[in-house]
Amino acid sequence: MKRYSDLEYLRLGKWERFVYKLQSFFVAIPKKLWQLILSIGRFFKKIGLGIAKEFTDIWLTFKDGDWKTKTSYLVMGFGNIARGQVLRGILFLLFEIVFIGYMVLPQGGAYWLSKLGSLGDQGPHKEMVQKYGQWVETSVPGDNSFRILLYGVLTIFFIIAFIYTWRLNVKQNKIAEGILKSGKPLRSGKDDLHSLVDDQFHKTLLALPLTGILIFTVLPIVFMVLVAFTNYDAEHDGLNNLFTWVGMDNFNTMFNWTAGGKSYSAAFGEILTWTLIWAFFATFTNYFLGMLVAMMINKKGINLKKLWRTVLVMTIAIPQFISLLYVSKMFAKNGLINLSLINLGWIQTGQELPFWEDPTWARITVILINIWIGIPYLMLIATGILMNIPADLYESARIDGANPVQQFTKITLPYMLFITGPYLLTSFTGNMNNFNVIYLLTGGGPTNASISTGGAAVGHTDLLITWLFKITMEGGNKYYMASVVGILVFLVVAVISLVVYGLLPSIKNEEDFQ
Amino acid sequence: MNNKTAEIDRQKRSIGLKASARISNTIIYILLVIISFIWLLPFIFIVLQSFRCEVTGPVGYVTPKVWGLDNYKRLLECNFKTWYLNTFIIALCVAVLQTIIVLCMSYTLSRFRFKMRGGLMRFMLILGMFPGMLTMIILYRVLKDLGLTQANAVPGLILVYVASSGMGYYVSKGFFDTIPKSLDEAARVDGATRAQVLTKIILPLAKPIVIYTILTAFMAPWGDFVFARYIAFGTSSGYNVAVGMFDWLSKDQIGSWYTTFCAGGVIVALPVTILFMCLQKYYVEGVTGGAVKG
Repeated sequence: MKRYSDLEYLRLGKWERFVYKLQSFFVAIPKKLWQLILSIGRFFKKIGLGIAKEFTDIWLTFKDGDWKTKTSYLVMGFGNIARGQVLRGILFLLFEIVFIGYMVLPQGGAYWLSKLGSLGDQGPHKEMVQKYGQWVETSVPGDNSFRILLYGVLTIFFIIAFIYTWRLNVKQNKIAEGILKSGKPLRSGKDDLHSLVDDQFHKTLLALPLTGILIFTVLPIVFMVLVAFTNYDAEHDGLNNLFTWVGMDNFNTMFNWTAGGKSYSAAFGEILTWTLIWAFFATFTNYFLGMLVAMMINKKGINLKKLWRTVLVMTIAIPQFISLLYVSKMFAKNGLINLSLINLGWIQTGQELPFWEDPTWARITVILINIWIGIPYLMLIATGILMNIPADLYESARIDGANPVQQFTKITLPYMLFITGPYLLTSFTGNMNNFNVIYLLTGGGPTNASISTGGAAVGHTDLLITWLFKITMEGGNKYYMASVVGILVFLVVAVISLVVYGLLPSIKNEEDFQ
Repeated sequence: MNNKTAEIDRQKRSIGLKASARISNTIIYILLVIISFIWLLPFIFIVLQSFRCEVTGPVGYVTPKVWGLDNYKRLLECNFKTWYLNTFIIALCVAVLQTIIVLCMSYTLSRFRFKMRGGLMRFMLILGMFPGMLTMIILYRVLKDLGLTQANAVPGLILVYVASSGMGYYVSKGFFDTIPKSLDEAARVDGATRAQVLTKIILPLAKPIVIYTILTAFMAPWGDFVFARYIAFGTSSGYNVAVGMFDWLSKDQIGSWYTTFCAGGVIVALPVTILFMCLQKYYVEGVTGGAVKG
């Protein structure tokens, strides 16, 4: 593709400019992807180098350190205590004791780790148990795959935390030695406590939120990613019937093209296409119509601005499950709209409009109702931004003889697009995962009879996220397939975000509009 | 002479402009009235149908033929009270705890420059790309082990909502970024600790965003449906309103519960809407700020 210089570009006509921009966008995509791969490579190189550096440092600290430091390699916190920093030392020591205790206890870390490779060897079984002096055959519970996986992951987290703390302990000895050598006093326990509300205040503030995220977000996500490599489903529930590692089998099932229309790959392709179409329309219809409404309300000479705005904003307050469920029933076969059309005599019984029964009708209705849901938000956002556009821009445009349409395309639209670029991206990915609207309106239906995966039914309005939910809930609860879909959703969202984010003008040249 | 014609010309043109402005304004008024109707109509329908006494299922007209409070009485007789109380408790606890967590998180990320900051923010951005739906299964099993499901779903739900709320720090971080840092520095020079800077200087200035966070945190649990249903499944006493009322519109119940659903909808929406309208100003501020910051 020919690259134009700035001067050549300015000479181009409107249409040629557009084509040129579009071309350069698509030409840039492979480059972006390549840069992404490179940056991932660089990331791992950095990590590798970092680890190597840590090891040399650990070794040097040991070699050059005094006996207090050397003892600390085994007894954490010993150096701190010996040098008078009792509080720190005790905390280190306590952590070490807890860690070792947890690892060696009968049902402790070592036990879970040893089972992690097989996810349990024996389900519920019969055993000879001595009762009242007699040997009786009794059922005893066996391993629990679910717990093994969960506690196995937790133990690995704990080990990583221990290694980090141990490294910290070593580092502290080195620092303390340095400070003592230069003749300064070390910080006391009181200083340490004080620093928690002062220069180390961020640690205090972040402790609680990050613990919550670690346990209730990171741990479950790691767990569920691992489930994609097992055969965990209703049949293999981990308790009555153990589940185990199956390697890449589930991914092979997902991308198995040989089964024709009756496979996961067909379902995935179909649903991904609709998900992208839906996200595109849901984002841009809302965006432009919301902007239009905002401009109508804000136009000079329109009275009762507050009333119009309040009417729309009020609909945000009403919980979505009420409005969406109600509207969904309104459009149903025996709902308000069809029944009143029959009452009016416009249609006959049996000729009801197939809002939710026909695939195309359902898809269009869903997008239309989403406009109804989404415009109030966009109206608010657009209002805020429109008010920030300097009025003299419009004034000078008017003096130059620009008509309202030109004012819109030359000033308002570029300004809006520039400011809301990142918002458009997040709202696109948000719409891809817009569970509520689809599930409450159609539940994914109408069912797509041409595709069957042997698991949950696939519907014409199903998004990846609702499909994932259905796989979890119906058709034998194939958690492992749900997990594979989840990973794919992540990949799609991540790739879209990274590629588009790099191309956004507001990221590229932040100063342009200021 | 020339001057006069020019003057007349200008007057004519301005009259013409005024006329065209009047026409376009009239069109806009008409559009706005239509839009307002479309947006309000379903809610007006809900209110009207909640007073209908003659038939309990969906019908082809809106205004009730027999007016009455039967549907509201029916709400009092069924489990709706429990669901309502459950949701209210959840919303209240979540509003308080989530606000504390979100503020801690966003303030720290806005003000402190520590070693892991960039990595932490990137990590949370990536975490946010995983569909949260996926973690439902394991959270359910864990909560079940802790005894926080079915009848005890309320504390379980509060725990899960609050624990992962640190991820939603973007809007309030954007707000904190706009408070000048020189304020912090001046106070630090005067000998205030970081904690004092937060409580004495930043928090009073951050009132709008605190109210925004409380408001959104309070409103979210009223609409949560999927996770709440998964956690409380099958035990009516652990439901929230969304879960309980969802079943009323299922195929076999809609005939007898449709109007009750409308009445319940009114009772649920009323307090939330009133609260929202009172604090609308702060909500608008938060939403617009959040979108501009991206």
